[in-house]
Amino acid sequence: MANVATAHHDTAHHQEEELGFWRKYVFSIDHKVIGLQYMFTALVFLFLGFTLMMLMRWQLAYPGEPLPGEIFIGLPAVIGVALLLIGRWQRKLTSLIGMIFLGLAGLVWYMVTDEVLMPGGVMLPELYNSFGAMHGTIMVFLGVVPLAVGAFGNYLVPLQIGAPDMAFPKLNATSYWSYFLGGVTMLVSFFVPGGAANSGWTSYAPLSVIATQGQTLWLIGMIFLITSSLLGSVNFIVTIIQLRAAGMTFMRLPFFVWAQFITSFLLLLAFPPLEAAGIMQLLDRVVGTSFFMPSGLVVSGQALPYAGGGSPLLWQHLFWFLAHPEVYVLILPAMGIVAEVIANNTRKPLWGYKSMVYAAIFLGFMSFIVWAHHMFMTGMGTVISTFFQTTTMIISIPSVIILTALVISLWGGSIRFSVPMLFALAFLPMFGIGGLTGLPLGLAPTDIHLHDTYYVIGHFHYVVAPGTIFALFAGLYYWFPKVTGRQMNETLGRIHFIGSFICMNVIFMPMFIQGLAGVSRRLYDGGAQYSHAQGVLYLNEVMSVGAWALGVFQLFFIFNFFWSIKKGKEAKENPWDATTLEWATPTPPPHGNFLTLPEVHRGPYEYSVPGHDRDFVPQHVDGQLRSTKTQKV
Amino acid sequence: MQIPYTVTARPDTGVYNAKLGVWLFLASEVMLFGALFSSYILLRVGAPTWPHGYELLNVPLATFNTVVLITSSITMVMSWASLMVKDFRKYRIYMGSTFLLGLVFLIVKAFEYGAKFGLGIYPAENTFYAIYFTLTGLHGLHVVGGMIVNAYFWGPGSKMWHTDPVRFTNRVEVAGLYWHFVDLVWIFLFPSLYLL
Amino acid sequence: MDQTQTIDFKKHVRTYIAVFVALMALTVVTVAVSYLHLPITAAVVVALIIAGVKGSLVASYFMHLISERKLIYWTLALTFIFFLALMLLPLGSESDKIVN
Repeated sequence: MANVATAHHDTAHHQEEELGFWRKYVFSIDHKVIGLQYMFTALVFLFLGFTLMMLMRWQLAYPGEPLPGEIFIGLPAVIGVALLLIGRWQRKLTSLIGMIFLGLAGLVWYMVTDEVLMPGGVMLPELYNSFGAMHGTIMVFLGVVPLAVGAFGNYLVPLQIGAPDMAFPKLNATSYWSYFLGGVTMLVSFFVPGGAANSGWTSYAPLSVIATQGQTLWLIGMIFLITSSLLGSVNFIVTIIQLRAAGMTFMRLPFFVWAQFITSFLLLLAFPPLEAAGIMQLLDRVVGTSFFMPSGLVVSGQALPYAGGGSPLLWQHLFWFLAHPEVYVLILPAMGIVAEVIANNTRKPLWGYKSMVYAAIFLGFMSFIVWAHHMFMTGMGTVISTFFQTTTMIISIPSVIILTALVISLWGGSIRFSVPMLFALAFLPMFGIGGLTGLPLGLAPTDIHLHDTYYVIGHFHYVVAPGTIFALFAGLYYWFPKVTGRQMNETLGRIHFIGSFICMNVIFMPMFIQGLAGVSRRLYDGGAQYSHAQGVLYLNEVMSVGAWALGVFQLFFIFNFFWSIKKGKEAKENPWDATTLEWATPTPPPHGNFLTLPEVHRGPYEYSVPGHDRDFVPQHVDGQLRSTKTQKV
Repeated sequence: MQIPYTVTARPDTGVYNAKLGVWLFLASEVMLFGALFSSYILLRVGAPTWPHGYELLNVPLATFNTVVLITSSITMVMSWASLMVKDFRKYRIYMGSTFLLGLVFLIVKAFEYGAKFGLGIYPAENTFYAIYFTLTGLHGLHVVGGMIVNAYFWGPGSKMWHTDPVRFTNRVEVAGLYWHFVDLVWIFLFPSLYLL
Repeated sequence: MDQTQTIDFKKHVRTYIAVFVALMALTVVTVAVSYLHLPITAAVVVALIIAGVKGSLVASYFMHLISERKLIYWTLALTFIFFLALMLLPLGSESDKIVN
């Protein structure tokens, strides 16, 4: 179904110029603009979540010592002012980044000088708990998922399937703005009396029900975020099913699209129970119902004014029903990105594409019936415990299949160690460690010792931090030239990679040691008051230094990313010599993406096909042997 | 720039985009109400005693409401069928009836709630009332949402019948699917809360 | 069903009315049964069966599921499986408990 969008890139520009500034850049319904909005917003939130962690790690390394304002306020302030000064005669973007750094400095200043939250500059346990809860919430719901799905998914899926946009462009914009509102709500919660939510990202009842105001805002923020995800997932599924170009069968889809497809089903069906639970917790807090409040609760000698009869475990079931599939939402798009980068940088097809697809589908399905492995310690009986242990063990199999296929894909490859490839390669062992350390957690006998210890924190951070986030970095470096027409600087990229890789391991490996020694999570002093922790306390300082060093190395990325937008080396339209459809568009892709909708003739990874003079054959090129030109669509 | 399959069905899937979209949305709604039903089950099974719905709630009124909603479902499907045979006048009558029946449902609900509030019974009273008010309240909000959409398609939105009749018919079909789902939820809600 | 094809209007209307009558009848039945005050398990089973039939009628005929393609059908089947998991597994954890 050929659909001529516009004859020339210029005409497309002209059409867009008929839209005012607000309709074109702010309230756009073009999936690419929306994708970039998601990206920018998510990167800011990742930055904020990271900062919260760096503040927490001061308390862990030096419990009870006042936070050095000179570093934590001064450094971002200096960077912010510098960028603003540069931006005054350079670019709006630089000024904006400068303002974000200054805003961050301001936030830290506000908290450090607040005598209620940090008397004498020393972090109170309540504030530490707030930071912990918000670090998790922001990273998962405002940072990683919006970046992996909202940014990468939105920008690339229509391009990779050969569509002019998402199926429902206005709904797409609604999704973004709902996310934005949710994020603003979460940010506002820092400034209400009592501060932000402090009952963990898991918001367990009854603590969360009696917690301060910030928790109510957390719940409202979550409702905005869940709405955003639900609308988005409908959009993705319909787009992938309905808008594939001619010849793009399901088994010719890039693995990245499969990953987003399955992820969307997880979001669609797993989020609503949390929305229901959020509404119920809101009612408990605001109206005084007892959904999650058991009878006879006494706090500080006072009986709570609740009718009782509720179940804290009900909250846990509904929360984890979402939160377990959520972790696969975190990892699947990352695996998708790694698959694309590996295929491209080994110059050969992915090994076991079909197995990867079926494994991912099976993974998605299983993810709905493993959730109570987060609840082994709640007193469940052996029958139900065995059920969840079994399903949890089974779900490790598809992950292993996907990881193995990616590793075997390297065999015999002509490996190009570009910066995206470095991150993609590092993903493999890091995700491996994360996955393997999950196994003792999924078996109840070992979980008894490890549940709620630092071992768990080490486990899931390995999967998400040097796992997913490395994959996201790979994606940012990889697709940067398609969006901007320029390459990011390689040297800075390598420094960013090496520094991040080392620091990630310095931060998270000791957590397994601390966990095995019995150090609990969510302790504001890092275990200092427990005798069993004394032997491993020294690791707190080690990990904190690693965390701050990791922060410093991200500056290389931040600088590289924004500087290269205008000053990077110019790139041609397909600088990586890639096969998938997004590289067949002009750079950047115009409104409508393709000048004529492509027709697909082959699978997504036709690299090093015998008989061709080039080592790749793009998907849309008409399939004759020895074709000497790539058709420009 | 045209998005394919907004009006005509894609041959291999047999649906147009919005129809697939609304079914997916309804799937998510099944999980939303499912979570509340699951909570109801868990709270009831875990409670030492639990009143029968018919002891505390007005069964005749709710039965009437069930009839009202089922009737509104048939008027809704008839409004779509009228468009399919190009009878715009009949469409307006049926769509208008659907809206009015929805209004009747809400008025009865308001009366039910009012009766409870008048006795000083609020959701915080106990878990029975908590789940009753939440389940019926969320359902009621969905009825309101559906009525807003139906009102739009009866009124200002119906202009599209003159410019793009097929697309308008599809929109009414999609609105109908949502409305039938709201009826479907009530079909399960009614016995679960009132009759058991 | 998105083209403006000529449909056998009267036949469809007859089906809708038949379904309507069935739904009304089943409503009467389910209310009547509740007056029997059956033991709770039996009451739940009967109520769910009747509601299930009513729901299937609405889905199959008013929502045209019976003439819809496999795609929609399998999406719903998948949803139903997870719905069952959400109903049954928490219940399983509550009834199979370690009691002191």
